[in-house]
Amino acid sequence: MGREPTRATIDGNEAAASVAYRLNEVCCIYPITPSSPMAELADEWSAKGRPNVFGAVPAVIEMQSEGGAAGALHGALQGGALATTFTASQGLLLMVPNMYKIAGELTPAVMHVAARSLAAQGLSIFGDHQDVMAVRQTGFALLGSSSVQEAHDMAAVAQAATLASRVPFVHFFDGFRTSHELNTIELLSDDDLRALVPAELVRAHRARALSPEHPFVRGTAQNPDVYFQARETVNPYYARVPSLVEEAMALLDQRTGRRYHVVDYAGHPGAERVVVAMGSGAETLRATVAHLVAQGERVGVVTVRLYRPFPAQALVEAIPATVRSVAVLDRTKEPGSFGEPLFLDVLAALSQAHGAGERPEMPEVTGGRYGLSSKELTPGMAAGALAELARDKPKRRFTLGIDDDVSGTSIDYDPELDIEPPGTKRAVFFGLGADGTVGANKNTIKILGAEGLYAQGYFVYDSKKSGSQTVSHLRFGREPITAPYLVSQAGFVGCHQFGLLDRPEVLERAAHGATLLLNCPYGPDEVWATLSRPVQEEIVRKKIELYVVDANRVARDVGLGQRVNTVLQACFFAISAVLEREQAVRHMKEAITKTYARRGPRVVEANLAAVDRALEGLARVQVPAEASSERLPRPPVPADAPEFVRTVTAAMMLGVGDRLPVSALPDDGTWPSGTTAYEKRNVSDLVADWSPELCIQCGNCSFVCPHAVIRSKYYPSSALAQAPATFASAPLRSRGLPGTAYSLQVYAEDCTGCGLCVEACPVSDPKVPGRKAINLAEAATVVGPGRANIAFFESLPAPERPRVDFGTVRGTQFLEPLFEFSGACSGCGETPYLKLLSQLFGDRAVIANATGCSSIYGGNLPTTPWAKNAEGRGPAWSNSLFEDNAEFGLGMRLAADHHLGLARQRLRELRDELGAELVDAALGAPQRSESELAAQRARLGELRRRLADLDAPVARDLNSVLDHLLRRSVWIVGGDGWAYDIGAGGLDHVLASGRDVNVLVMDTEVYSNTGGQMSKATPLGAVAKFAAAGKTVEKKDLALQAIAYGSVYVARVALGADPEQTLRAFREAEVYDGPSLIIAYSHCIAHGIDMRSGLDQQYRAVASGYWPLLRYDPVLRAAGDNPFLLDSPRPRLALAEYTTRELRYASLARTEPDEAERLAALAQEAVDLRWRTYEEMATRPAARFPADARKES
Amino acid sequence: MDLATDYMGLSLRSPLVASASPASYTLDGVQRLADGGVAAIVLHSLFEEDLLEQAERHSALAEAGSESFAESLSYFPETAGADVEPRRYLKLVERSVAAVQVPVIASLNGASPGSWARYARQIQEAGAAGVELNLYSSPVGPATPGRWLEDAHLDVLGLVKAAVDVPVAVKMSPCYSSVAEMATRFIEAGADALVLFSRFVQPDIDPETLALVPGVGLSAPTEGRLPRTWVALLRPGARVPLALSTGTHSPEDLVKGLLAGADVVMSTSALLRHGPQYAAVLLDGLQAWMEGKGYDSVSQFRGLLAAPADGDARARERAGYVDALRAANAHQAGSW
Repeated sequence: MGREPTRATIDGNEAAASVAYRLNEVCCIYPITPSSPMAELADEWSAKGRPNVFGAVPAVIEMQSEGGAAGALHGALQGGALATTFTASQGLLLMVPNMYKIAGELTPAVMHVAARSLAAQGLSIFGDHQDVMAVRQTGFALLGSSSVQEAHDMAAVAQAATLASRVPFVHFFDGFRTSHELNTIELLSDDDLRALVPAELVRAHRARALSPEHPFVRGTAQNPDVYFQARETVNPYYARVPSLVEEAMALLDQRTGRRYHVVDYAGHPGAERVVVAMGSGAETLRATVAHLVAQGERVGVVTVRLYRPFPAQALVEAIPATVRSVAVLDRTKEPGSFGEPLFLDVLAALSQAHGAGERPEMPEVTGGRYGLSSKELTPGMAAGALAELARDKPKRRFTLGIDDDVSGTSIDYDPELDIEPPGTKRAVFFGLGADGTVGANKNTIKILGAEGLYAQGYFVYDSKKSGSQTVSHLRFGREPITAPYLVSQAGFVGCHQFGLLDRPEVLERAAHGATLLLNCPYGPDEVWATLSRPVQEEIVRKKIELYVVDANRVARDVGLGQRVNTVLQACFFAISAVLEREQAVRHMKEAITKTYARRGPRVVEANLAAVDRALEGLARVQVPAEASSERLPRPPVPADAPEFVRTVTAAMMLGVGDRLPVSALPDDGTWPSGTTAYEKRNVSDLVADWSPELCIQCGNCSFVCPHAVIRSKYYPSSALAQAPATFASAPLRSRGLPGTAYSLQVYAEDCTGCGLCVEACPVSDPKVPGRKAINLAEAATVVGPGRANIAFFESLPAPERPRVDFGTVRGTQFLEPLFEFSGACSGCGETPYLKLLSQLFGDRAVIANATGCSSIYGGNLPTTPWAKNAEGRGPAWSNSLFEDNAEFGLGMRLAADHHLGLARQRLRELRDELGAELVDAALGAPQRSESELAAQRARLGELRRRLADLDAPVARDLNSVLDHLLRRSVWIVGGDGWAYDIGAGGLDHVLASGRDVNVLVMDTEVYSNTGGQMSKATPLGAVAKFAAAGKTVEKKDLALQAIAYGSVYVARVALGADPEQTLRAFREAEVYDGPSLIIAYSHCIAHGIDMRSGLDQQYRAVASGYWPLLRYDPVLRAAGDNPFLLDSPRPRLALAEYTTRELRYASLARTEPDEAERLAALAQEAVDLRWRTYEEMATRPAARFPADARKES
Repeated sequence: MDLATDYMGLSLRSPLVASASPASYTLDGVQRLADGGVAAIVLHSLFEEDLLEQAERHSALAEAGSESFAESLSYFPETAGADVEPRRYLKLVERSVAAVQVPVIASLNGASPGSWARYARQIQEAGAAGVELNLYSSPVGPATPGRWLEDAHLDVLGLVKAAVDVPVAVKMSPCYSSVAEMATRFIEAGADALVLFSRFVQPDIDPETLALVPGVGLSAPTEGRLPRTWVALLRPGARVPLALSTGTHSPEDLVKGLLAGADVVMSTSALLRHGPQYAAVLLDGLQAWMEGKGYDSVSQFRGLLAAPADGDARARERAGYVDALRAANAHQAGSW
């Protein structure tokens, strides 16, 4: 003490990483939400040469998986380094084997975990304690933090205690709630850290390292004679941990004045009821208990900080002797257990103390679950848990915060309870990802933090990557903010998009008398009439002060496009009075000048102008005394949607999914297909618009559309008699089909305005320069009439699949996409491939999808883009994990093959009953072409009809597997993070299995879903996270690896360069009776391109020789031909003509021009070399390729 | 044979200078130009507009999709964001100076008054022997008076002159109302040399795609007449070196430029078209001509056909200038 602490407003990840980085020498990492930012910060600091407290720069290495990170961590520790890792959830699970080793060898280390849910009935990226609870048995100590400040402090305590005790630690804090919450904290200085972690302990750790100078062996195999005893040797080390943690906490207190204990009690000294908890929930409980005690209640809260080794004595002592009932809150779920782990530990500790006579009264102990997957724990819920204890017979097991109408576990609470101090200002802001709202709020927090205020910011994002909505929750005050839950009762509500105002949440979060700032194109006298009735009623009821500003116009006028953030931030400061107006404007302008300087004077000036213009345009609205509007908000889904969609899906879309009871939800993670069709998100002001008079009906636009919003049909012209007046059509350009019309229908409400269709259109209007046969038009002019047109279009019969030419892009436009309207980024480079897959094979495909972008836009609720056709058939899709996807898909193949075998066997057994001719036809049917498949479908239909008349076990058995007689298409899809890194071993094994699976790798060359981290697919010279100085290793040639087996069909495709080749590869891969691998160039937002140029970049990638198109077909080898087909012509562009257009390359050229030039030259050499290799392969005789030794299946 | 020439205070081994062009975009290109035999190299222009445009585009790309989705709050490392520092250009200056024996002159096109001076200072610190200001105005609205543009150009020159000690040349546009007066004003404002002229960048039109296309073509030999005429006219009154740029395609063009009074003759298109080694062809041709005419040094004939000094109208007439100009006008104008 005695010095002025440094304050900073940072999030929990940075708080923990700041300490971890400064106290370690090696960081072995792998990206996983929500812990990735810790690793990214460590990497950035290391890249900038920032030293640790020992004066050296830590090494940061990204591994191929968390399993790999744990292995490298173990090795670094055995090498004597201070080493750490940052992870969460599935990542932590992958570390478990090494955790046993590290702990078993008494190796000091700290893993920092942003605690997250585990994938069970569904994946969740959000926070709870399931992951850390799954490692409580590994021998690692578990130390939990309940706030951003604690994440900083406990990171240091854990490092001190691990070195002192030799027991490794998991330091954890709640994912998102703490890891991503911005809060004002006091920073530990390097001196503080050095004081906590004495150099002699570091040296002692080094002295225990492996060294040939004093050799020994560690990691022996032990036998029944000694393993058991050896396992018991560590007990004294564990026994010392609680006291050593206390010592570190005492030292921290000496230096900072912040006092922690392994178990802390807060509340009434003579409490009768207490709750016990860990993590951020404990902070809410402490604040709620303080509020209740002030109101005279005899309640208390026990915060467990050290959970393993379990400090039973400290826990028992912390609970006042007066306590009669204890509710233990677990943020985890252990199905089938007697209770969740913390509950069991507390119960056992109290029971043992009581049994031993150390505690005369045995309190009633109940156990409850709360907060799974970042479900809120509000003060109302906290008070509810304590109120439940006051009842005669409190529920012994309960859930908090949900309506469990299935098992009756939930307990009541008052959702309105507000305990926050009056001095705390609360604000919420509703915006879009693209409008900069979150960035502006982070900026506001910095400004207020610099003014000496304490600030808190927490940001909620939706589940889409295009048009995504954001909600910012901000608090400011003169005292530290201890409220780790969303803002309700906000004094200020900013609605940054007019269209969001109808969301119930916007005004629900407003306090009585709150201020509402609405961004809208209407003036103060016009706006009232445009509001819906519920909005008007709520404004009147809550006596809300309404302000309007046309931020979009101001932003446009000053040259900021759709970035309305600065305009609205200025308005916030002007009317919220958190600072004096002039002072706020001054700070904002200073911040703008600083933040935007790097982008040049024009950007700075535009933002400064935005501040001034915003204040001119801001106006208060005179709110009438009562609502007058007749308008009701548009229902989230159409009235004719299925009931599940209307009740469950719609609630989730509206943002009120928290209110759904347990009974409403599927119990095994099974959800209906095709629900994006009901969503109609209207995310773009510009949408595709067809000009039939110019169109040559080539199908290119439909082929490349990432969102499947462009559909084509041909149909008898006579059908047009029923068409709406605005329905567009043209005579079909095809010989032999007179009297046939063609229509291309844009699903405008689902269009994201990416413009790829326009880029792909080969037609130029000779009369209007720049106009094509498909263009972007104002959505307002297209959407309205579009609805009736779509309804009519859908009523037209779909072309029969056997009549469609599958071999041409033009033909595929008539195949119904069974992957539609996903929430992927606007202009996504992956989704056109999935759409194509769904068009070609979707009605008989099962899909194993690796975790990543495709599993998120493919399966992130509330809706899913995988759809069904009119017969109810479509892709059956599942996501297992990130690392196991190839194996997962192989398993599907094995099941299908087995059931196919069983079906054939049963069919033969029932040959006579079912009819020999039909059975023989079904058994011997060729199933390569669509007409053959259709014929087989017809046979199976007939068989099923005949089976219905047979009442024998064998018939029922056949019926259950009959579907497998139609050739099933098994697809294994994922990104490069999976295929090149974490799943590489499994993929390799599956490709070597010889089984008939189709692997589609959508190669974006980075981990796109977690924000652009380097993978082994990242090209030489490109910048990515963990390769900030440009990648210095060449991309792995996955195609050549697979070709080496001789039995794998391999293709490298880029649909923007050669769509016909892509189509050919998909069809050949699918029909090939063995493993197939398609590596598909997928342009990505993480490449730093204008996504509209994605197709052009694909073309350039191919034309420069960077991405040579190829196919390797073992069938050709078997026929004596060269199986290696080089499909792209010789490079005709320099590599630079492709690379310099992408920020991932261009940014290095700007920051490190020499290195960029060096890497660019090497990359060009690598391209040349590979081209020569491929050319040579393309001219080899067949015998110089490995033969496929598999027997005919 | 003495080809030595003084230009903006620099002693050059010949009057042939490589002007700003893509040939000097890389260090390798600069070296090849020097090896080719030019006496000095003007580097390609540092266009601040390009830097700003790039910074804005890069920051927009780096931010695209950020703060939108909980798992990917950004897509690039922090260092990938934009900045407006001309690192690459300054490195090229630094390295070119170290790599070649001939003087390296940097070319600058700023976008705001402050940045002209700042970049000029940075260029000087990087070791450039001089700075050439590439002054031109983009098309402006009908209400903008020409004097404003002229004054703005003079202001830029003043700022740069105040900021650096190395010599500063002004590459002029031929589009001032009174080219001679502007030249005089530049000289009075401290220009250490004038370069005649910059080429106004005019986009072309593709009739097939109905689109505008970038239209920086190589110059034709006839384009040398305009600057040559102005060099000849300005020579008598100009007290600073004059450089003739544009239209030097053959040794004959080089000779003509010197005869008109240019101190140095710059070549872009010919070196791009034929390669840097073409400088030797030009210089060999110059020397062969000098030999034929019996000259030992360029100073003996430089400006031989420049216009006589101002005020001496009869001398001009004697020298044939009035006739030549009149005839040329009549020929060009026809019956208008």
